[in-house]
Amino acid sequence: MAERLSLPELPYDYGALEPAISGEIMLLHHQKHHKTYVTNFNKALQQLEDAVSKSDASAIVQLQSALKFNGGGHINHSIFWKNLAPVSQGGGEPPKGSLGNEIEKEFGSLEALVHKMNSEGAALQGSGWVWLALDKEFKRLLVETTFNQDPLVTKGSSLVPLLGIDVWEHAYYLQYKNAKADYLANIWKVMNWNYASEVYEKECP
Amino acid sequence: MAASAAAAIASPLKCGLISSQGFSGSTRSFQWRKNEKRNVRKASRGVITAKIDLRPPPYSLDALEPHMSRETFEYHWGKHHRAYVDNLNKQIVGTELDTKTLEDIILLTYNKGDLLPPFNNAAQVWNHDFFWESMKPGGGGKPSGELLELINRDFGSFEGFVNEFKAAAATQFGSGWAWLVYKANRIDVGNAVNPRPSDEDKKLVVVKSPNAVNPLVWDYSPLLTIDVWEHAYYLDFQNRRPDYISTFMEKLVSWDAVNSRLEAAKARAAEREEEEERKKTEYEDNQADLDAREMYLESSDADDDSEAD
Repeated sequence: MAERLSLPELPYDYGALEPAISGEIMLLHHQKHHKTYVTNFNKALQQLEDAVSKSDASAIVQLQSALKFNGGGHINHSIFWKNLAPVSQGGGEPPKGSLGNEIEKEFGSLEALVHKMNSEGAALQGSGWVWLALDKEFKRLLVETTFNQDPLVTKGSSLVPLLGIDVWEHAYYLQYKNAKADYLANIWKVMNWNYASEVYEKECP
Repeated sequence: MAASAAAAIASPLKCGLISSQGFSGSTRSFQWRKNEKRNVRKASRGVITAKIDLRPPPYSLDALEPHMSRETFEYHWGKHHRAYVDNLNKQIVGTELDTKTLEDIILLTYNKGDLLPPFNNAAQVWNHDFFWESMKPGGGGKPSGELLELINRDFGSFEGFVNEFKAAAATQFGSGWAWLVYKANRIDVGNAVNPRPSDEDKKLVVVKSPNAVNPLVWDYSPLLTIDVWEHAYYLDFQNRRPDYISTFMEKLVSWDAVNSRLEAAKARAAEREEEEERKKTEYEDNQADLDAREMYLESSDADDDSEAD
């Protein structure tokens, strides 16, 4: 029997990312949205196991969208909590070391990268994510978007997520309402570049 | 409530039909010329540009409280819907789309699924107009008359329909819409004579669509919709989309609007059938003419032979 997913703990208090992201949003986002993805993924996984044991091809195929959606939601949000941090824990501090250098090389400056990610996030229609990705095959950084809860790997099997920004409306609506651009501008104040650097240095030692 | 009637302009109920003028019904390929500012119309010349308007809901912004708050309307209509209108107008000014109806713009920019830039804005303008008109103060309850008969026929029961509609709305992953539509499709393959749609083909169906897509692009006639983008319910219900959907069904649905739209959809289907009957007769008459001409030519050959004798 496959192991069931569980909701990871938030590495900081719900209010710790204020004023960039409100405690109200963090609570709902973690305890309701993420938790629901976990619950529904586990349910779909159970149904999948039943279907596999009966060799019910039709049921197996039918479950794919629920697995992708809820599994993707869990994967994406698990990364998201780690790539944010309170200011007191280094949130917002620009990347140093090899990642910082690579960003300058690839995008010209950190500001240029931020601008690019914000533009793509703002332009995304509907629900999705904007990513800073590492192509581990070519050792290159790139900005990528995914729709709904598609994980980054759906855009390329060699892509590793360094930072992800959730641009589903639930990520910002209670605080920013329709002003998505303001949310995007402010989230950089709590961006955890330490996490991104760790992941980068592991793939590009 | 009467004092705030300023915003409650009685707007004609949208029936979601493709206007019969000006659009042939076939999606020809469309060249989107983004930066070409041809024929920019200036007010001084007295020529009117077909600017798309932000239409207000047919009730005041607080009329659906407590089921859908005034605050939600201030953002949903006042910001989101308004932005789709403004951005669409910016995209189409000075282009070929500028003179077209909203429905035509939607179908052209849908471009058989390879969406052109104005599609999102155009479809979302239409979708939101249609959504406001799908609700009314004191809404909910059950439909009656022919609409209820059709619902019973196509869904087994009213409860059956409600369950299917709610399920569609709840399982539209990400942003999108759930719809009740009237489906009276003919088969259009371009080089075949359309078979006559039978009563079997005229059905009520529940469908869901992602982001801005709506059933006009599938040649269905929309009758009812619910917006399940998070901005539609987040201020009032947060993550509780199922509660929002239930409230919509129990307290907000305007069955009057659905009724009018059904009548219009049936009328349109009947018009199409007549049109096809007419074309079929015309075709057959043409064939008969051709056959007659052939016979004439054959018989004149026979005369020549006999004269030669």
